Amino acid sequence: MIQDRQVEQMQRLSADIRKETVRAIGAAGFGHIGGSVSIADVLAVLYGGLMKIDPKNPKWEDRDWLVMSKGHCGPGLYAALALAGYFPMEWLKTVNKPGTNLPSHADAQKTPGVDMTTGSLGQGMSSAVGIALGNRIQKRESYTYCIIGDGELNEGEVWEGCEAAAHQNLDHLIVFVDWNKKQLDGKLEDICKPLSIEQKFTAFGFDARTVCGYDVAEIYKAAEAAKTVSGKPHVIILDTIKGLGIKFAEEQAFNHYMTFDSEAAEAACAEIDKRLADGTYPRGDFRW
Amino acid sequence: MVKLRKEITPSPEEMRYVYCNALIAAAEKNPKIVSLDCDLSSSCGTKAFKKAFPDNAFNLGIQEQNACAMAGGLSATGLVPFFHTFAVFATRRVYDQIFLSCAYAGQNVKIVGCDAGVSAAFNGGTHMAFEDVGIMRVMPHVTIVEPSDPVMMRSIVPQVAETYGVFYLRMPRKTVYQIYEEGSEFTIGRAEIIREGTDVTLIAAGMEVVQALRAAEQLAKDGISARVVDMFTIKPIDADCIKRCAAETGAIVTCENENIIGGLGSAVAEVLVESKPVPMGRVGVKDEFGEVGPQSYLEEHFGLTAPFIADKAKEVIARKA
Repeated sequence: MIQDRQVEQMQRLSADIRKETVRAIGAAGFGHIGGSVSIADVLAVLYGGLMKIDPKNPKWEDRDWLVMSKGHCGPGLYAALALAGYFPMEWLKTVNKPGTNLPSHADAQKTPGVDMTTGSLGQGMSSAVGIALGNRIQKRESYTYCIIGDGELNEGEVWEGCEAAAHQNLDHLIVFVDWNKKQLDGKLEDICKPLSIEQKFTAFGFDARTVCGYDVAEIYKAAEAAKTVSGKPHVIILDTIKGLGIKFAEEQAFNHYMTFDSEAAEAACAEIDKRLADGTYPRGDFRW
Repeated sequence: MVKLRKEITPSPEEMRYVYCNALIAAAEKNPKIVSLDCDLSSSCGTKAFKKAFPDNAFNLGIQEQNACAMAGGLSATGLVPFFHTFAVFATRRVYDQIFLSCAYAGQNVKIVGCDAGVSAAFNGGTHMAFEDVGIMRVMPHVTIVEPSDPVMMRSIVPQVAETYGVFYLRMPRKTVYQIYEEGSEFTIGRAEIIREGTDVTLIAAGMEVVQALRAAEQLAKDGISARVVDMFTIKPIDADCIKRCAAETGAIVTCENENIIGGLGSAVAEVLVESKPVPMGRVGVKDEFGEVGPQSYLEEHFGLTAPFIADKAKEVIARKA
């Protein structure tokens, strides 16, 4: 059972991830802000206690793995990794700058703690299935987590990966879908109807559940519940809001990729602190 | 040490089974080898691997993209995946997956494409990979090998298994010729001069090696001394061997079971133009799609047989200064 203290720590961590993400993208001047912050809460759960990791030994064989299949949300992941201690916080100022170890899309050869290179959508799901299978073949107890975008579900390869995961009974694979309702060009409903994401995964043989994607306690409990179901891969659909927690991103309809500076980033951080102080974090009074 | 057989005869064992047995032998030494198939394990000849190592063989069904990116994931955990399907699917269909989840990701994945070039025969143009070598050659850090006979296959597969990185191995499915004596050993990256000659060098790979040897015999009857090189590593190409042959014979003809654009001929030409160019010609598929028919018909139709090579050699020799 998760303790109140852990919930509070994870919530604080999610706030820090949001702040460091918006600062990193602000320092670069542009980037994938919307989807990087809609996953801040699940990242806080993963790196704040759910995952078995050792930031001082990123390649530890018996660790849990995370594949950021929505590879363009590298900045959100980098914030989480830096806060977890994989590399110095100063690196976050180098996102997308020449010679950086933190490119826009996740690159396992460059960034300590990034378990798989991603960026061409759909492939991260497959490589996560391969990692889960590879660890099982080698008799490791590791869990493989995978974060997929809801727009990414357009890719047929995601569903090929689901077929393989279900056929191989990969119950140490836990997929999170960032159901933030928007893809690059607009709303999912307008571009390629997602239908019922939970029903689709269920039909593909997954143990599926949907939770509030910005409630760290719910996310943690859903993962714990998933681990009690054996013989099936799991999906946890995170009902999220694209850009949530970053005021200027919340207010913009098209917030997949935005241009803004460090001043705007600091204003967003101040708003996060305000919401934390008045107990309304992360959503504040934001409503679509 | 490489020794040519006295008589070049069809192999009693089909190439797919030679390959599979070589992979089984490699896996007996390295338990990290895993085999992936996409509902073509009967065609690609890999069923015996599943029998030998049931826990390390996965037939994923008809989902090449997922299988290929899964291979990247399996490699990330320390395994050595061999991904099998027809050459068209092994390269063209999964190009982005090989690129990102295998090569760019720095993984240790082995791509094996069977039914290369005209050997796709009765599956026809849809299944006939003429472009595979070209598209794989432009992908950074990928090694491309095309063994020409069973002895070479047995020598090459362990090297593919034990050398870290992305490899593309292309091969015909069924009939191949026995070119080399048992015990001949080959090194990836080092071409073999298998017949000496002074007037022209025929540089061939895969099934075209036998055609080049036949062409050299024909040319000898016309008083032309043709050297033959088995260029079984198409990337990284053995530039030293090409330069040496150019210097010593003054003319080059490449022989390939694929499109002459992007394939072996292009690779050799790139070396020549950046060193000391000599007259050169390319025998191969001339920017055409494949079509259906017996392999022998297709070899003639696309101009891949010995007489075409001999004619090209004469034409190139005539261009010598």
